[in-house]
Amino acid sequence: MIEMKSVYKVYDNGVTALDGVDLNIDQGEFVYVVGPSGAGKTSFIKMMYREEVPTKGKVYVNKVDVGNIKERNVPYLRRDIGVIFQDFKLLPKLTAYENVAFALEVIEENPRKIRRKVMDVLDRVGLKHKARFVPAQLSGGEQQRVAIARAIVNNPKLIIADEPTGNLDPDTSWEIMKIFDEVNASGTTLVMATHSKEIVNTIRKRVIAMEKGQIVRDEHRGEYGYED
Amino acid sequence: MKINTAKRHLREGTKNIIRNGWMTIAAVGAVTTTLILVAAFLMLILNLNQIADNIESDVEIRVYIDLNTSEDEIDELGEQIASIDQVSDHYFSSKDEELEMLIEDLGEEGEAYELFEQDNPLNHVYVISTEQAEDLSGVANRIDRMDHVDEVNYRSDVVDRLLEFNKYARYIGIIFITALLLTASFLISNTIRMTITARKDEIGIMRLVGAKNSFIRWPFFVEGMLTGVLGAFLPVVLVLGGYHFLYNSLSEQINFSFVELLPWNPFAWQLSLILLGIGALIGIWGSVMSVRKFLKI
Repeated sequence: MIEMKSVYKVYDNGVTALDGVDLNIDQGEFVYVVGPSGAGKTSFIKMMYREEVPTKGKVYVNKVDVGNIKERNVPYLRRDIGVIFQDFKLLPKLTAYENVAFALEVIEENPRKIRRKVMDVLDRVGLKHKARFVPAQLSGGEQQRVAIARAIVNNPKLIIADEPTGNLDPDTSWEIMKIFDEVNASGTTLVMATHSKEIVNTIRKRVIAMEKGQIVRDEHRGEYGYED
Repeated sequence: MKINTAKRHLREGTKNIIRNGWMTIAAVGAVTTTLILVAAFLMLILNLNQIADNIESDVEIRVYIDLNTSEDEIDELGEQIASIDQVSDHYFSSKDEELEMLIEDLGEEGEAYELFEQDNPLNHVYVISTEQAEDLSGVANRIDRMDHVDEVNYRSDVVDRLLEFNKYARYIGIIFITALLLTASFLISNTIRMTITARKDEIGIMRLVGAKNSFIRWPFFVEGMLTGVLGAFLPVVLVLGGYHFLYNSLSEQINFSFVELLPWNPFAWQLSLILLGIGALIGIWGSVMSVRKFLKI
């Protein structure tokens, strides 16, 4: 599913974010990416949906050489990947329904199907009754659930989440994790960067630990391994 | 593009007009202000142009023919005149017709001249008009050198001054309108840019869920066009109403036969269409240009 071959990323200001990363993630895996701030987790994740391109090395997602695809093909790559952020990144003027529908309008889905799929997925994240609310009227956890609905409505093969529970209280975080677990159980690959010791140590999955741009630990059913 | 997607772009573009509230009002206001100025200038310039055209077309050359010229020689002269390229029209006016006109023009005083009807001292005349007023003096000089021509007369002082005035009026008009449109485009694209900069994050999110650039651009295109058209609304109303009022009140005051304003219909309608067009173009231009910079990665 995801393959990285000696990936380096050096930014224009000279900072080395990734310092030789080799990695394989199979279809259907659930992977935590942990490590201190500035370890390169976000750069690592951005490589996967081509927000960043490697300075050196190769990144393959679904066998596509992500660093080398043409600019105009980037949208097509992203349609197979659901991305979720700490700050939700919802369109502020659109309702929950419209935010989710947007991901389907982009692929020119038939309006009737859009309606059905959006209502289904909002039901799945438990927000059917708040479909007409705009983000400002929703709590943090609800906004994140809308973002998840938007990410999964296309049935992507890969979900990438960058600290999805970073802004949420513990109870809400568990709700989000429950949804992720369900999504993963249906065969979707899930890569999640996190700082939450509780989550990583409770819902045991593969753990990739990064420090100074390198993978320092990669173990199945691993532990968080940091004190914070 | 699928029909449903086109509908979606139209719907989103229209909704954005409402969603963006104050930003829309700012952009529409900018378009309105400029178009009112453009409309005022266009009204002035086009009417000046029209008046100048009227006067130009009224200016003629009068060629007085030597008194003892035979009919054949007169015809020959007529052919020579007709062969000049710049001459658009010419006709012969006999000395009897000239006298009649003189008597008529002078009214009661003219009655005194009726005595001359038996022994008319006036010349036969060729009356000539040229394609363009600029050609008058050249043509007049050429004819003056022909045989059997006693005198060539056109109101050179008036014509020259008019031509000069006209030339400057046109140049100044063109410069003003160009400057105005440039300023307007700048002003409006800046305003719209502000509204879009505020939406930079939104564009980023759209790209993140896999929207193609064209997909992002279309609603902005629609929104820009609508902004421009909305901005043209008030200027169009002002033109239709204001020109009606101006035309009626000015036409009564200026009754020189040669000064005619452009009639309300179709001029006011044409001008309105032009304003709508300019508004829409500026709106589209402003919004497409400003969204462009956020679509580069």
